[in-house]
Amino acid sequence: MKLVTAIVRPEKVNDVLEALYRAEVRGFSLSRVQGHGGELDRVETYRGTTVKMGLSEKVRFEVAVSDDFVDRTIDALCAGGRTGEVGDGKIFVTPLERAVRIRTGETDEGAVTPLQA
Amino acid sequence: MIAVATSSISGADTAWMLAATALVMLMTPALGLFYAGLVRGKNTLNTFMMSFAALAVATVTWALVGYSLAFSSGNGFIGGFGNALLKGVDFAARPGTHVPQLVFFAFQATFCIVTTALVSGAVVERMRFSSFLVFSALWSVFVYAVLAHWAFGGGWLQAHGTLDFAGGVPVEMGSGFSALAAALVVGARKDYGRQALLPHNTIYVLLGAGLLWFGWFGFNGGSGFGVNHAGELAFTNTLLCPACTLLVWFGLDLIRGRQITAIGAATAAIVGCVLITPAAGYVSPGWAMVLGALGALPSYAVIVLRPRTRVDETLDVLAAHGTAGLTGILFVGFVAERSWNGVSDGLLYGDAHQLGWQALAGLAGPAYAFLATLVLLRLTGLAFPLRASDHEQSLGMDVTQHGEEAYASGEGAILVSTEAAVEVPVAVAQP
Repeated sequence: MKLVTAIVRPEKVNDVLEALYRAEVRGFSLSRVQGHGGELDRVETYRGTTVKMGLSEKVRFEVAVSDDFVDRTIDALCAGGRTGEVGDGKIFVTPLERAVRIRTGETDEGAVTPLQA
Repeated sequence: MIAVATSSISGADTAWMLAATALVMLMTPALGLFYAGLVRGKNTLNTFMMSFAALAVATVTWALVGYSLAFSSGNGFIGGFGNALLKGVDFAARPGTHVPQLVFFAFQATFCIVTTALVSGAVVERMRFSSFLVFSALWSVFVYAVLAHWAFGGGWLQAHGTLDFAGGVPVEMGSGFSALAAALVVGARKDYGRQALLPHNTIYVLLGAGLLWFGWFGFNGGSGFGVNHAGELAFTNTLLCPACTLLVWFGLDLIRGRQITAIGAATAAIVGCVLITPAAGYVSPGWAMVLGALGALPSYAVIVLRPRTRVDETLDVLAAHGTAGLTGILFVGFVAERSWNGVSDGLLYGDAHQLGWQALAGLAGPAYAFLATLVLLRLTGLAFPLRASDHEQSLGMDVTQHGEEAYASGEGAILVSTEAAVEVPVAVAQP
């Protein structure tokens, strides 16, 4: 079981969602975050003041998956999030110790496997 | 009315026209607010700026040649250069009114401005700002001024008796059918038909529509060019007609979706104002209410059907202005009443010819607006790319066209330079 965390461009979120859906990855969380990853700074001007926007808006996906789902999740995140320009984001995979589905108390693999409707 | 010995200027008329001009001027920022609320948050400023820019572009073109081409004597199709570069625009009364030509010029300028801004609704969220500036300058002269000449500058429609009180032809049908052409030439937004593209601030939409309605009292009420029966009738009809449109729209919303929507209400208020625009000083208050109620139907139908097509006429200028303007122009042909307007009767009061001329205006106005806009935009496109790239559209037009955001948080912003005399820029955050 792994936790796949991906930081992607906000404007690519819909493409990532589509790619995850096609890869049958149905459970995930996303949140809006700010960060810096070495991309070029955006310059904005307000009246006489010029500022460099050192932090850029990103969206973080967190996907808990069983081991044999890790590769297809990563492939989907890359396919959906890539533009080829600096600033496309990163993917981190971390081991996951334990997972619980609150409703049933199911744990681990059972908890991260979506219900077959 | 007290006639001054040397001229026929009326103080009362002039005072009202000065106020009416300011009211109509407010309609352009109000439209910007209305449009800005209807787009996504990342395109707020760009959308507002298109309307704001019309205040600059259309005023200047109007002063240079637009006013002259619309209102100085020429042929039936277009006016001449008699008033070009503001020549002769002074304190003498505008013929046919008791208002100085200077004030008449400013009042008509605000019409040209808001109409130019209206067209932007078709191309928001993807048209490059610089290309829009060029296009809007051309449009304000070659489309608006021509149609204004036809309808109220002594052109062929007016000469043959077409009744258009405050601009059903140049303003409403002119902008609505130009918007359709603009949407076709510029093409759909990158995400159109693929993602749900939702309005980001409904309060802006309601407030913008409310301020537009407020300004419309000057727009219609001022189109009698003074304190007179036509202006008073138009003023009150501007209250009655949109109110009826709103109520009917509520009903249509209820039938279709079981809930009355705020964006529907804002749209209905504008549709109602547009409906009464050509008819305001020509129909009785009772008929104005009927027009408001019946006129809701065609515009509602276009708003429901248009998104099922591939035409991304983004903010439904065709439905709200083109369709409603056409409905209003035709309605005048049926119910114009000489006992109210002192000018002409419609079909129901015994004059079928009036309806014929209204129908001709309803064909010629849209046809010219559509074709001329098609040509102007294609020409603009030869010199300046019309569309922002897909990448720019993704990032948002605010950042890519203006280098600003409507909702900047300021977090992570590093001071680079300022006009204040700071010797060494201070980094407020260093990532």
